Amino acid sequence: MEGRGHIVHEKAQTLPPPVMSVGIARWLKDNLFSSPSNVVLTFVVIYVLWLIVPPFLDWAIFDAVWYATSRAECWDTGDGACWAVVVTRFDQFVYGDYPVSERWRANLAFVLLFVALAPVLFDGIPWRRHLVGFSIAYPVVAYILLIGGFGLPEVETARFGGFLLTIVIGITGISASLPLGILLALGRQSDLFIIRVLCVAFIEFIRGVPLITLLFVASTLLNYFMPPGTSFNLLVRVLIMVTLFSAAYLAEVIRGGLQAMPAGQYEAAKSLGLPYWKTMRLVILPQALKISIPGIVNSFIALYKDTTLVIIIGLLDPLGIGKATLSDTTWQGLSTEVYVFVAIFFFLCCFGMSRYSAWLERRLHTGH
Amino acid sequence: MRKLILLIAAGALAAVTSVAGAATLDDVRAKGHVQCGINTGLPGFAYKDEAGEWQGFDVDYCRAVAAAVFGDAGALKYTNLTGATRFEALKAGEIDVLSRNTTWTYSRDNDLKLTFVGVNYYDGQGFIVNKALGVESAHDLEGASVCIQTGTTTELNLADFFRANGMNYEPVPIENNEEARQNYLAGRCDVYTTDRSGLAATRASLENPDDHVVLPEIISKEPLGPLVRHGDDEWGDIARWTLNVLILAEEYGIDSGNVNELAEGTNNPEINRMLGTEGEFGAMLGLDQNWVVNVINAVGNYAEIFDRNIGPDTAIGLSRGVNASYLDGGILYAPPFR
Repeated sequence: MEGRGHIVHEKAQTLPPPVMSVGIARWLKDNLFSSPSNVVLTFVVIYVLWLIVPPFLDWAIFDAVWYATSRAECWDTGDGACWAVVVTRFDQFVYGDYPVSERWRANLAFVLLFVALAPVLFDGIPWRRHLVGFSIAYPVVAYILLIGGFGLPEVETARFGGFLLTIVIGITGISASLPLGILLALGRQSDLFIIRVLCVAFIEFIRGVPLITLLFVASTLLNYFMPPGTSFNLLVRVLIMVTLFSAAYLAEVIRGGLQAMPAGQYEAAKSLGLPYWKTMRLVILPQALKISIPGIVNSFIALYKDTTLVIIIGLLDPLGIGKATLSDTTWQGLSTEVYVFVAIFFFLCCFGMSRYSAWLERRLHTGH
Repeated sequence: MRKLILLIAAGALAAVTSVAGAATLDDVRAKGHVQCGINTGLPGFAYKDEAGEWQGFDVDYCRAVAAAVFGDAGALKYTNLTGATRFEALKAGEIDVLSRNTTWTYSRDNDLKLTFVGVNYYDGQGFIVNKALGVESAHDLEGASVCIQTGTTTELNLADFFRANGMNYEPVPIENNEEARQNYLAGRCDVYTTDRSGLAATRASLENPDDHVVLPEIISKEPLGPLVRHGDDEWGDIARWTLNVLILAEEYGIDSGNVNELAEGTNNPEINRMLGTEGEFGAMLGLDQNWVVNVINAVGNYAEIFDRNIGPDTAIGLSRGVNASYLDGGILYAPPFR
């Protein structure tokens, strides 16, 4: 055994991996400093962020004034943003003119909205079958809560405003335009001549006209056509126009999904003896809609942001409340604060929708 | 098919004629409130206060009409209107009266078939510039970039003024006061032009108002006033005389502080007629005998409305100028109440 002195018996000490190949250093090397041009780009971006972010944070947070009774007081207190305008008018931004004593109804409707949405959006919810029943009843519940009936005093829709108005228009438009859009898409591919022509004409007409025009029609022209004495609620007119507008776009998005279906799917369904509606419901639409999810959510987000156009016809959405507020000489001139605040609200809503759509795509992903 | 078309045509005709010919006063009484068209936001003229209530010079006129008809300034609902929708809303019967800083012009009166019931503010278009530019007259503005609201009479006046003086300018189109303010402050335009009431409001909102000067030239006449639809003179008279009594009340020294006392009878027959202690004047308009008392109780006289919303003690800080009563050297003048 003498000759074995050259053999090391102790186990070699395990060295940590090179510092550049693990953890944060590895990530930095791979993502930020992988090549000379990447290094340059990284430093340029860091420099630009350095120029933008600290002054913005100073303005928005560190030097900002949160409580004041007027803009002049803001000027005396700090150099940054005057969030006091948003703080003092917060209720108006949320509810518009909705009567103060009835605002609990809007709050309740808002909370119930999530109860109604949950079983529709997520399939892991306990008692989902029962909750779906509530989702279907929700429009009626929300209508009674927001507008009145069953002992609740009536609130005119003209008093809706702010985020409440945005959410009412956005959610109604989204939930009403999806089924309508599906029907239009199917109609456009129908073998029945009249249905096909009607659907094509409708889609092409609505898509060929800007939403603003439709809103103007809703706000002014429709009243000429109505029998005298009927005052057709402006909000309802707007809801109808927004829904029709969005449905026309959705129909085209969904048609894209339908056309991506291989003919074999239709033929397979037919060979099983499935009638038209069962073919669509069980075979075609589940696949076509899945393909269309990014496009559909894209349309929803566009619709949600388009709700701000209603200011043109005098409805006080958050931007309208902002304008009415900024016309008060107490707060005049704080448009940056107001617009940033409204932008944050819209970003949160739209980002939420986009995240949900990404989650749904992963969940329905069957290509593996 | 033909029957259907006829039916629709008849319906449309009925709708149009009934809008044009209806007794607005009866409709207003039936629904229980005056529907008043106001701005979506204009400093001093229409804005929301902390409580969410609309306030302002134009809004107070709406209150006065509601008080005249119902004796209650609260019997009032507002419709917010943009420059593009205001006339259609009035013509379609969505509102009963429009009080939205609207300039009385020939074509609006005749082509659009609207009835201006008077002038409650004599405005005129002016210019605001930064003092640092060293400009002292609008005639020095050759080549200037000008922020201008699109689709308004101010846009046309501006073009006329520069053409008449053989000068060039570069228009910077903007949509509203707030946008103009931002552009002007950022230096994207040298000059901002709009009605001088708007300029005063804009100047008041700047951090250093003294750095900015409103040029002396007034390049247009902008008589602003409330208006109603063509075709219902009775309603037009109510709107007209609501405005007139506000002006008359100032002339005769009737204000919200003393109106109830004066309404018990005075030695001045004109005051007695207005406040309903002599004659049967309310009935001539289809209103209560004491309708003027209700109006003054609700909003005060013209001077009170002016001072409360846009006068020297407000942030807007406008002086009466030509809008003073003719007794004080202005041009406000209302026909006699007899």
